Amino acid sequence: MGFDLSEFMQIFFDEGAEHLSQMESLLVNLNVDAPDPEQLNAIFRAAHSVKGAAATFGFTDIASVTHILENQLDRIRRGTLQLRQDMVDLFLEAADTLRCMINAHQQGQEPDLHASESLCSRLHAMEEEIAPSSPPPQEQSLAQHPGTARLVVYVNKIAHGQHASLCTMLAATDWQLVSETPELLTFEQFDEVNYAALAEALSFYLEPDAYTFGTGNGAEEVGLFEPQPSTPAEDMGLFESLPATAAEDMGLFEPLPATPAEDMGLFEPLPATPAEDMGLFEPLPPTPAEDMGLFEPLPEKKATAALAATTANLPEATRPTVSSKSTVQATEATSIRVATEKIDEQINLVGELVITHAMLIEATSHLDPGENEKLFASLALLERNTRALQESAMSIRMMPISTVFSRFPRVVRETANKLGKKVLLVTHGEQTELDRGLIEKLSDPLTHLVRNSLDHGIEASSEREAKGKDASGTLTLKAFHQGGNIVIEVRDDGAGLNRTKIINTARNRGFTIDDQAPDAEVWALIFEPGFSTADAVTDVSGRGVGMDVVKRNIQSMGGRIDIESHKDIGTTMTIRLPLTLAILDGMAIRHGRETYIIPLGFIVESLRPQSEDIRTLANRGKVLHVRGEYLPIVELRQIFGGIGQARSEGHDMFVILESAQGKTALRVDELLGQHQVVIKSLESNFRKLPGLSGATIMGDGHVALIIDVDSLVKMSQHTAEAQASQLEQLAG
Amino acid sequence: MADQDPTSQPRAGEYLVFTLGREEYGIDILKVQEIRRSEHVTEIANLPSFIKGVINLRGAIVPIVDLRVKFACSEASYDRFTVVIILNISKRVVGIVVDGVSDVVMLSSSLIQSPPSFGSAIDTAYISGLGTLEERMIILTDIEKLMTSQEMHLTEVAAEATI
Repeated sequence: MGFDLSEFMQIFFDEGAEHLSQMESLLVNLNVDAPDPEQLNAIFRAAHSVKGAAATFGFTDIASVTHILENQLDRIRRGTLQLRQDMVDLFLEAADTLRCMINAHQQGQEPDLHASESLCSRLHAMEEEIAPSSPPPQEQSLAQHPGTARLVVYVNKIAHGQHASLCTMLAATDWQLVSETPELLTFEQFDEVNYAALAEALSFYLEPDAYTFGTGNGAEEVGLFEPQPSTPAEDMGLFESLPATAAEDMGLFEPLPATPAEDMGLFEPLPATPAEDMGLFEPLPPTPAEDMGLFEPLPEKKATAALAATTANLPEATRPTVSSKSTVQATEATSIRVATEKIDEQINLVGELVITHAMLIEATSHLDPGENEKLFASLALLERNTRALQESAMSIRMMPISTVFSRFPRVVRETANKLGKKVLLVTHGEQTELDRGLIEKLSDPLTHLVRNSLDHGIEASSEREAKGKDASGTLTLKAFHQGGNIVIEVRDDGAGLNRTKIINTARNRGFTIDDQAPDAEVWALIFEPGFSTADAVTDVSGRGVGMDVVKRNIQSMGGRIDIESHKDIGTTMTIRLPLTLAILDGMAIRHGRETYIIPLGFIVESLRPQSEDIRTLANRGKVLHVRGEYLPIVELRQIFGGIGQARSEGHDMFVILESAQGKTALRVDELLGQHQVVIKSLESNFRKLPGLSGATIMGDGHVALIIDVDSLVKMSQHTAEAQASQLEQLAG
Repeated sequence: MADQDPTSQPRAGEYLVFTLGREEYGIDILKVQEIRRSEHVTEIANLPSFIKGVINLRGAIVPIVDLRVKFACSEASYDRFTVVIILNISKRVVGIVVDGVSDVVMLSSSLIQSPPSFGSAIDTAYISGLGTLEERMIILTDIEKLMTSQEMHLTEVAAEATI
């Protein structure tokens, strides 16, 4: 057909995945005993959207699976099928299979047909399993689903050979075959039925006593999305208690030519002209002249504004429902998909702008503010705007952590089921925002921690009860900002880490550890490669692969992970990550002629000690005495060499650093002050350098190097000897 | 290393000629991004002495290699006449410091001889040929091979890059 679909394929893949995630989260939250019809509808719609899109793009395999899925969901939502737990499980599995299929198509591979076929047959089986137990479609079921018109045909009374043609005729007039038994055929349809015409049509095939009609009263049952236009206000659950009349409400969402005058009532608070408002919501603009407004740019915005205004004027009680709806609309109308590279490029440019601004400030610093008032005022304005631009550019990359957290209800549910434990998942701070790049990388380590907590942390119900705890364990996921960091906690109220066991395992594996070692040191052992204290390897965890990977992943993001654990109270894993990868709050220090940046997150304090606070340890270098603590002194000079002039003793400035190796006192030449710097990669034109995590450009255009505190402290722990050999190596 | 890569055979074309001591070296003009005066170089510790440090080249962090130090040709002093050649090599930007840039010459293949086995400060592995221009001898250097070589310590994958 000469029309390239490939461009739209990506959209299908993205949206398909989104619909599936949405379906998944709804399924997990579904109350099996009393499912919320609105949720069921939403699940159904998600499946339906996938099906429609898959069919459009010719992915018949996906479409056929979703078709069956959709059928089952439809029956559940209409109440013909009673929802059970195993069905939810099966639906979740279906979502997984579909995701795999979408992925396979995306990568241009053939999806696993075997998996999809087995799924289809199981979905079918579910139907058969249920069919006999569903009540005969007589009065009883009619009472249950009064919203549908129902036709029951007694099979034994159908004239021979008429069976097929009867079905064809009914299908042609929108009757759906909903159940079929050797005795009975049941058809349903939602549309208004002309019974006289139907009876006449049926008379060609059947005797009048061979079928019965059932009718519902339509009004109560038909939902917002059913094609039933004749129903009054109650149907439109959404707008139930609006002060307006039913007819007006309907006008909003249905292609009916509602009367403009009444509609006005709704939109009164808006200054917009009536015709425009109307046009937004209706495909039938009445007056051609004003009509033009319709096609002017940004109609969605107006729609949103109109809805928002409507919401604002609603009585308090009805607001929640309506506002949730309008939020959905607003998101649909105002969000766009943008390639991440474009955003990164923009952030880069903003970074350049910040630097250029700093250069301007530097260049004008010698000017007299009095004489150059205008210039300085403009510079101040430029600064304000630059900062605002920087913030807004950064915020584009930020995403709420809920995108990661949202997968955990399912992970917890499945893992807990598998382990036969009862676990309650509590999440806090889902709206905490962090860099998109971090979010993607965070998902795997977090999943690992969660599964670990479920497997090793939380005890079985019986054990918990024996300890006097609540039978079901609680797993808490919490995210919040602290300083320049985002902190994510995975906390369980389980048994806590077993100190003796860890120490024993460590010794068996050849680690040397003192019995009196502090807890932190013992807990750190579990991050060693291949370390597992689980008595038996389960398929959830216990293979000892992972915690070291978790730690490495977190560190590669510039973060760190800490453990706090108490016996029978529980374990808390705390992950600290920088807010973003692109900008860093740092302390600029001078070392010789050069400027270095120390990330602020590692700095506890800066001080100028008395010379008697610096003590010497025999052969172990120097320590600094700070309020009762003796901290090892790291000489920047020792690590970065004697660049520039030596400074005089006695004018020492120390920065106390908190790193993974504990507290350290770093001797620097001078503190230059706090800066927000744009991180530049050293690797793009050069290579990774020991002790440095990157570089930045200062206000004067010079390059400053950013110190990698953990690696710096580690380097300092190597002896001068090692350093000497390293230099030798480099020289050779 | 001593293997002569067939693709690095000197091609006829334009060469940028710079001096190191009393020798003249030519590099493919297409690898040259720009020529700058020396500016503030931020020194980095624990690196071989010929890596001077990094500069800010319009927002990018670019390492600077002093070829004078590397090949011990001359007293390495920095003043406003010191020249930095910014090279664009396999998508990386690197600056080299040389004694001076003389000119850009056009060499036809008849003017280019295959390299000798010894005789210049730069290892013969990186010399792709000798160009003759009137009385001048121009040592044609495979600058890409040189800059990505392990001995320059400029890349993490230097070893692989030289194969």
